[in-house]
Amino acid sequence: MHVGVLSSRRMASVALAFVLAFASPVVFAAELTISAAASLGDAFRDIGRAFESAHPDTKVQLNFAASGALLQQIAKGAPVDVFASADEETMDRAEQQKLIRHGSRVDFAANALVVVVPRDAASSPKTLADLAATSIRRIAIGLPASVPAGRYARFALDKAKLWPAIEAKVIGAQSVRQGLDYVARGEVDAGFVYATDAALEVDKVRVAFVVPTDPPVRYPIAIVEGSGNLAAARGFVAFVASLAGQDTMARYGFGKP
Amino acid sequence: MEPAWIALGLSLKVALWATAIDLVAGVAVGFALARYRFPGREMVDSILLLPMVLPPTVLGYYLLVVVGRRGWLGGWLERTFGIQLIFTWQGAVLAAAIVAFPFVCKSARAAFENVDVQFEQAARVLGLGAAAVFFRVTLPLAWRGILAGTLLAFARALGEFGATLMIAGSIPGKTQTLSIAVYDAVQAGQDELANGLVLLTSATCIAVLLLAGRLAPSRVPGRW
Repeated sequence: MHVGVLSSRRMASVALAFVLAFASPVVFAAELTISAAASLGDAFRDIGRAFESAHPDTKVQLNFAASGALLQQIAKGAPVDVFASADEETMDRAEQQKLIRHGSRVDFAANALVVVVPRDAASSPKTLADLAATSIRRIAIGLPASVPAGRYARFALDKAKLWPAIEAKVIGAQSVRQGLDYVARGEVDAGFVYATDAALEVDKVRVAFVVPTDPPVRYPIAIVEGSGNLAAARGFVAFVASLAGQDTMARYGFGKP
Repeated sequence: MEPAWIALGLSLKVALWATAIDLVAGVAVGFALARYRFPGREMVDSILLLPMVLPPTVLGYYLLVVVGRRGWLGGWLERTFGIQLIFTWQGAVLAAAIVAFPFVCKSARAAFENVDVQFEQAARVLGLGAAAVFFRVTLPLAWRGILAGTLLAFARALGEFGATLMIAGSIPGKTQTLSIAVYDAVQAGQDELANGLVLLTSATCIAVLLLAGRLAPSRVPGRW
């Protein structure tokens, strides 16, 4: 094959274009990186926008994934300023590994674990025991090792001594939202998600029943050790706990901690 | 058995099936593209190349939409045969077969185009039928190029991750291939397991590449 040779002038302009493409955004204000549990997605996008309009000099970067995955990113040195997880256990691990600033941790929201079924499902289970029925062939559960919703579900199923009966039906989801998507598409017959997730897809899924959880579903938030933007990080945590922040959380169905 | 070995066994099974499917389909399509003129031939060639350039997430989404329970193909498969592909190892084979297909198809086309038509014509004159010409003249002359593409396809199928992640559901022994197992272990902070898995994966890939070098020495495809 023949390869054309670029003229040196052409090369120079290509190189210049690259330099400009990478160099232009430096005029931006300070960036604040928030790693938040997947279930916080919609509420935190709102809060982030509100925070930005109250603090025009700060640009909020949101990073959503399963809480366990976010913890691993932080443990491996990801430049994160604020971490919000969907359970106390993940935040406990962060604290044990000295990844968050001492004394900055605060609970800011509560949620409920529910079992959802596709909107058009013929029948819906009423209790955890009903999930063992043959009509339920596949159940989406977040991978318990990294997804808090999956861990809450696993606790509840273990406590009811039902895990062995349903283990073969379990489809592991990479985050609570992937599990929700599987139910919404009808790929699984049931799934464990949060009440706030179910509310986002009311036209595709319906809540079959609320799962009693022990410990209760609570969301802690904390400043990450080594945050390069401490003042803004403090401001964001305070904003989430403020009346305006709590109003937004309530609008998306989260409860008080 | 160790989870890592289960994942390796599953990865090899998925990659072997995907490669076998691609070999048959890729040789047939590659031959058709090399030997027959038909309208839209180059268009077909480009479309068949798509899985190589499309992001795996796009393929995963297509698969979810097309072969999912509510997809037109998936719905039909379930109603007619009771087959569900999503969350099964067969689904993982489908994903791997699609991403690896261009490797076989492209090299097969190039290999067939390099076979001198005069040999085939001579065989026809000497009384061989079309099928016999293909299997006794054309294929033996093209096999080296096809083999090289097939080994690449196998390596690609073994490494398939993105589309599989979207449709597989991470079920150990069924859909949790090596690449998915690595991802899960890292997400969960199980670094020891992750270390074992990546070493195993790297060793497997080196073995495949060495085998590829042994089977297909660097020669021009289709020439002896």
